[in-house]
Amino acid sequence: MLRVFKRLFRYDKRFRFGFSILTLFIMIALISLFSPYNMKAWNTVPRDMASSLKYPLGTNSMGQDILWQAMVAIKNSLLLGLIAALISRIIAIVLGLLAGYKGGLFDRIVMTINDSFIIIPLFPVLILIASILRTSLSITVLGIIIGLFGWAWDARLFRSQILSLKEREFTKTAVLSGMKTYKIITSEHLPYIIPLIMAATINNVIWVIGMEVTLSMLGLSNLNTPTIGTMIYWALQYQAIFLEKWNWILTPIISCIVLILALYMLSTSISEYLDPRTRLQMIKGE
Amino acid sequence: MVFKKYIIPRFIQYITVLFIGITLVFIIPRLLPSDPVEHQLNRMTAQGQYLDPAAVEEMRETLQELYGLKGGLFQQYINYWKRLFTGNLGPSFTQFPTPVVELIKISLPWTLGLLLVSLMLSWVIGTMLGGIKVSFPNSILAKIMEVLAMGMRPIPYYIMALVLLIIFAFIFPVFPMAGGYSMGAKVGFNLRFILDLFRHAFLPIMSMVVLEIGGWFLQMRNVASNVVEEDYVVYAEASGLPKLKIIFRYIMRNAIIPQITGLALNLGFIFGGALITEIVFSYPGIGTLLYSAILAGDYNLILGINIFSIVGVSTAMLIIDLIYPLLDPRVRYQ
Repeated sequence: MLRVFKRLFRYDKRFRFGFSILTLFIMIALISLFSPYNMKAWNTVPRDMASSLKYPLGTNSMGQDILWQAMVAIKNSLLLGLIAALISRIIAIVLGLLAGYKGGLFDRIVMTINDSFIIIPLFPVLILIASILRTSLSITVLGIIIGLFGWAWDARLFRSQILSLKEREFTKTAVLSGMKTYKIITSEHLPYIIPLIMAATINNVIWVIGMEVTLSMLGLSNLNTPTIGTMIYWALQYQAIFLEKWNWILTPIISCIVLILALYMLSTSISEYLDPRTRLQMIKGE
Repeated sequence: MVFKKYIIPRFIQYITVLFIGITLVFIIPRLLPSDPVEHQLNRMTAQGQYLDPAAVEEMRETLQELYGLKGGLFQQYINYWKRLFTGNLGPSFTQFPTPVVELIKISLPWTLGLLLVSLMLSWVIGTMLGGIKVSFPNSILAKIMEVLAMGMRPIPYYIMALVLLIIFAFIFPVFPMAGGYSMGAKVGFNLRFILDLFRHAFLPIMSMVVLEIGGWFLQMRNVASNVVEEDYVVYAEASGLPKLKIIFRYIMRNAIIPQITGLALNLGFIFGGALITEIVFSYPGIGTLLYSAILAGDYNLILGINIFSIVGVSTAMLIIDLIYPLLDPRVRYQ
């Protein structure tokens, strides 16, 4: 695991970029815990200040410090992504591996249900849920709900990986030499699956962050909790575009884009690493 | 043989999707702690209307009837399906008594137009560029395209639409900020109106196309780079066939098949994206209808749009699946 990581860090500049930015964002999230203001409260600072030493990114029309608010928002969005990804991971891994290893009728039933969840447009369904729950949607509840719906793609991905691993020579060698099934899974197959799970998880976090931004823009989350989405929501509510308060509207947009690009670089870098041909190119190129 | 091995499983899948999706829409509101009827009543009293208790009780009855919340859970479920089969999604609450189906019908052409045009453009351009990238891996265009695709693909629809809106409708006001056509424009089949439609549709379509090209490009690149190494391509090259023929007839032709599967599988996601894009540009399609339903708390309309999108997307997917054998001879001659 650590070896893979070291090698990626050394040879792939996308991984280096993604990893550094993500580290930066995690640090921001940690620093935000020491925020001097209560971010749920309004009018803690003078309104509509331009950026200055005291308020590096200025303040917004609700009397909140934009820099600190953005930091707390990044923390909350990352947290939400983690909660949702964790829940959908558990479902995806259990279903994907079970279907892959068991095969037969079980596999077919699970995959039919799974494909249904891929086909069903999740966005309107999530809106339905959020519009009933509305303000009671805390970060945790929202994370759980998004997580309960975002597993289907990855369950399919994990299953197909297991199916191909099952057919590989080394699995057959291991079976013929009398290795126990769980031993094959843990020591032969797991090393292949873990990077895949990581790449898929990162992609899932990207999806969750995007979904949160979208739901918040519709006013369908707890709007008092600062997240990247609610920040954009309030900026738009106060007509930040028309009043040209760029510091307010662009801060969340740019941090969202940078965060998502960094995560995406990480995940493509890991998933390309899984393909031995590109791995070879990567090392040759150096 | 094709019928038994290919078409029947597709139909089973189709029916499963409909069953799961529609049941989900039935269960969700009943599982959640907040009651839509109470919610609606609270909204009414919160608006400051004085209602005497008897009237409230009566209204509760009516609302329960309307939402199909009467009787036991199983009875409700049966009634729910009965209503669906007759194409009755109930009335919209804020635009009472216009049926939900009617409202969806008005908005549908806009969404379909947006979706079809952006889907075709992005799919064709992305697929072609992916094929070109694999055929000429070292050309500058291919390299630029790769970087762009990587940078655009992960960005959420909403953010992309908002950024385009800020740049091209506000900072450089070349395109209108909102709507499907200019206010006061005469609706009719004439050049002026068509140009107006086009101008309004341009940014929403662009914002979807720019995002989706990246996805199709990357998928095509991955598949085609495997095809390039197949023996028949190597053989075609060795036998001195013209390069263009190799690219189109040998590489693209084979790599395009997974692209079609991808189209079917991504449909739900892209449909969601179209709704989001519409909301940002206030484009008068189903997305905007959904948004107005959310703002007004029109629960029945939200429910109706949900059911409609599940049926719509899965039917579109079934159609793509049924066309598939025409394009893939391996399925046809199985």
